[in-house]
Amino acid sequence: MLRATLKSLLGRKLRLVLSGLAVVLGVMFVAGAFVVTDTLGRSFDQLFATAFAGTDVSVSAKPKIEVSEMEGEQVPSALPASIVNEVRNVQGVAKATGMVTADGARVIGSDGKVLAGTGPPRLGGNWVGEDDLLKLREGRGPQQDDEIAVNALVAKQGKLKIGDRVGVLTLEPKKTFTLVGIWGYQNDKDSIGGSQEVAFTEPVAQKLMIGQTGMFNMINVKAADGVTPEQLRDRIATTVGTGYDVKTGDQLAEDNAASLKEFLGFFNKILLGFASVALFVGIFLILNTFSIIVAQRTRELAMMRALGASRRQVIGSVLLEAVVIGLVAALIGLAAGVGVGAGLGQLFASLNDGFEMASVGVPLSAILSSLIVGVLVTVVAAVLPALRASRISPVAAMQDVATPDRPLTKVSVAGAVVGAIGGTMLGIGLYGSGGLWLILGGVLVSFIAVALLTPLISRPVVGLLGRLFSWSVPGRLGRLNSGRNPRRTAITAAALMVGIALVTGVTVVMNSAKTSIAATAEDTVKAQIIIGGEQNGPRPPTFDPAVLDQTREITGVRAAAGIWNDQAQINGKLTYVTATDDLTKLADAFGGPQLPVLKSDQVAISTKELTDKGWKVGDSLNVQLSHGDAHRYTIAASYDEDFMPGTYFLPADATKDFGIPQPVFAFVRLTDGTTVDQVLPGIKALVADSPEVSASDRTTFINQQLSDFDTVITMVQVLLALAILIAVLGVVNTLALSVLERTRELGLLRAVGLSRSQTMRMVTVEAVVISVFGALLGVVVGSGLGAAVVRALNDDGIDKLVLPWGGMALYLVLAALVGVLASVLPAIKAARLNVLAAIAAE
Amino acid sequence: MGAQTMETPVAARAEEVWKVYGKAEAQVVALRGVSASFGRGKFTAIMGPSGSGKSTLMHCLAGLDTVTRGTVHIGGTEVTGLNDKALTRLRRDRVGFIFQQFNLLPTLTAAENIRLPLDIAGRKPDPQWWDTVIETVGLTDRLSHRPAQLSGGQQQRVACARALMSRPDVIFADEPTGNLDSKSGAEVLAFLRDSVREHGQTIVMVTHDPVAASYTDRVVFLADGSIVHELAKPTPETVLEAMKSGEVLV
Repeated sequence: MLRATLKSLLGRKLRLVLSGLAVVLGVMFVAGAFVVTDTLGRSFDQLFATAFAGTDVSVSAKPKIEVSEMEGEQVPSALPASIVNEVRNVQGVAKATGMVTADGARVIGSDGKVLAGTGPPRLGGNWVGEDDLLKLREGRGPQQDDEIAVNALVAKQGKLKIGDRVGVLTLEPKKTFTLVGIWGYQNDKDSIGGSQEVAFTEPVAQKLMIGQTGMFNMINVKAADGVTPEQLRDRIATTVGTGYDVKTGDQLAEDNAASLKEFLGFFNKILLGFASVALFVGIFLILNTFSIIVAQRTRELAMMRALGASRRQVIGSVLLEAVVIGLVAALIGLAAGVGVGAGLGQLFASLNDGFEMASVGVPLSAILSSLIVGVLVTVVAAVLPALRASRISPVAAMQDVATPDRPLTKVSVAGAVVGAIGGTMLGIGLYGSGGLWLILGGVLVSFIAVALLTPLISRPVVGLLGRLFSWSVPGRLGRLNSGRNPRRTAITAAALMVGIALVTGVTVVMNSAKTSIAATAEDTVKAQIIIGGEQNGPRPPTFDPAVLDQTREITGVRAAAGIWNDQAQINGKLTYVTATDDLTKLADAFGGPQLPVLKSDQVAISTKELTDKGWKVGDSLNVQLSHGDAHRYTIAASYDEDFMPGTYFLPADATKDFGIPQPVFAFVRLTDGTTVDQVLPGIKALVADSPEVSASDRTTFINQQLSDFDTVITMVQVLLALAILIAVLGVVNTLALSVLERTRELGLLRAVGLSRSQTMRMVTVEAVVISVFGALLGVVVGSGLGAAVVRALNDDGIDKLVLPWGGMALYLVLAALVGVLASVLPAIKAARLNVLAAIAAE
Repeated sequence: MGAQTMETPVAARAEEVWKVYGKAEAQVVALRGVSASFGRGKFTAIMGPSGSGKSTLMHCLAGLDTVTRGTVHIGGTEVTGLNDKALTRLRRDRVGFIFQQFNLLPTLTAAENIRLPLDIAGRKPDPQWWDTVIETVGLTDRLSHRPAQLSGGQQQRVACARALMSRPDVIFADEPTGNLDSKSGAEVLAFLRDSVREHGQTIVMVTHDPVAASYTDRVVFLADGSIVHELAKPTPETVLEAMKSGEVLV
């Protein structure tokens, strides 16, 4: 039986290549995801190992608020200079250096723009001289308070040279310095992991990066000979007490890498999610292929049964075939995935100037998941065809039976049942307490239901679609052919449906959300001019708070106020807070209710949050901000959250303890009769020294803030392209088989005078009808899913359903093109048939 | 068109036709310089044992297969040397086919199958001729049925009607009764003979059945790629006789 299986495998190469390709592409995605995460993970390990190579032990103050990488930015705390002296006196310490090093030193390049910083930090610190790692390339370290040195990456990106006057944004607004030195690192590197670094003199660094002189972020300790870092760590920890984190250099590197790896894990999950969609679509293709192979081998299998093969042997032979295909495809997919992973790593490295990629490795997880996924998917898809094969009776070997098309009742009933299950899952997931998994499961089950119901609807819909082409004989024949095998047409179309439905669904939700939010913003926000920037990295763009007062002085401005954002622990719970320099003016500018100016110990909270937490006006709350000690604030007022840009409002005084003590947005409302054009140029001039932000009118600002939605749509489209590509392979496969199966018919048509080009047209029409049918299903199902999600989000303010008509039309047109492309090879094959041989074919 | 000025009008003609398959040692000679004419309005049978070249001769005459040497004419047109486009047009407009396996399109109704060659050519059937053909084949009440709903004999009659509808110069029939029971076979043969007698249709039929051959005007016997015998006005007995005496084993 084994030999017979292998022989028959080799006998049908083309089909196997096509169905194998579906597995190859899916597995490639899976393996690629693991390889890129592994490679980047090791790159981070190397990066931090290099960065902390000169550190035996580090001491830093415990942060006031613990924030994980996924929750936001951890704001480091500062430690006083006295601790440095304490540590220096610990036995076994060779050298202890107080370091100022904090993210947020944004250098302005020679073109007047802030250097781009999307991922790696932009560190500002004190100049502590050269060491094993750090070497000056030009000039010297900063000695005067208006001097700085930068690393070579900053100099390169900003096109800066020694002697230039360079603007730097820090905790304080733009300050200008003279560049006196440029440094690099060992092995001639321009930066460590793409981070931009600026060094000031110590007092300047403390003032600009910590906000207080006499403070440091970290103590870098060198151990004396004969003392291990671990020993020294324990000694120092005992000396400084519990308020400090004391770590060895290795630990520090590990912890830093770990927090980035947490991010990589998340990224990996997204990639794997899309890989599973591709594989899910692949199952359709493989299922189709195996059904057809079994149908074509009816005689052969019946003969084996007649010769004494048992049912189990027949099932075994089909499943064995699946295992072999799955295994081979998984191995090829794995190899391709390593390439893709390496490519993605390179892409990441090229997007982050100065990032060094570790050598590409193939982790065990990639190998295992590739093989398991590849084989599992193929075998699962082959189970139904295998069972069908086992039901072939031995008599079939003797008869020339075209298996009659079985009625669709069973399949349709199954579809209805599965649909009900999927609908229920979705319903509970969306409206009830169910989570994301229930929704995803519901979507998946619904897809299967639609696939099961597709044969039933394929007849009328395909018939209707086909009418578009019925004006010519080849068109009519093609249309009739596409309706001939409803199951096969259905599965092929359903595979295409999945990808397009997901893209459409996401677009519906995103566009609806975007439009709803924009409409709400347009309706509620009274401010005509808004100052703010587009956030590209972990740190939001900020501006000089002095701009706020200057803006209020411009004639025509009725009210203006800025907001600061941070995370805080309120009564022990982590939450986002907002501060404003003038709550009354902010409420007026924003179009909100009348609110008092907050005193330094007062907080205003949205009515909804008050109800949720069971608080009332007059209650007192314990608030811990990123810096400083915890304070008690009294709830002074409450407001409708729909009309204010935040849930908690703190007074201006609180901003000095914020992680980023500069405003991120300002809202400006004009007096009646004043136009935006009259005031905007003046405000633009005011923010000229804050190059991260700009002043714009409300509509421009809203669109700018909502551009993320479009990015998500584009990303989803790109990631789902693979699933759609696999579906296209399915169309090719189905057509190739149609041509093969109808060889004699094609021969007859050619014999009675159908020309080659007419033959090709006939095949093309069949492909186009199937593809457009699939796209139509996808657009309809996707719109339905999207609409369901939007309905469920109604209470969250997404109250406008926007169907992407243009996009949907585009998908249908693209599907028609895909059909044409998919039919090229089968059509050529059909046209080239030898008429005589075709007619004689069995 | 000069070849047309002959005493008996010829519908199809083969001259010194050779057909060789394969090369060198594996060479198989299917036809060895066969010359034959098929008169207009005549019903001719080609007989011979398996491998005698009878099907090959028909395929070459119909332009379905190329010849190695020699020429083939349909009416006044030389078929040998035509490109695929011209061959397609020739088959569409001037040649009809009837196959052993019926070869109907399962997706089309009987009427649509009959009209198919005309549809492909973009022509309309002559309504009078349409009615005549449908009536003679006896399919009037079966026109909207699909092939799967018709018996073998009915399917073959649909195929005959399809071949006749475009009034081709010549119809080639390859064992048209091979898959039919004797009653249905007789119906089809009678119908083919009538279309020759009454409407002047030319038919060339390959068969190995002496009874089928007896419906024709003339029988050409092939053996080993050459014509070995001819018989005019055949009856089942004379055909059998010729097959035995001529050592033409069918």
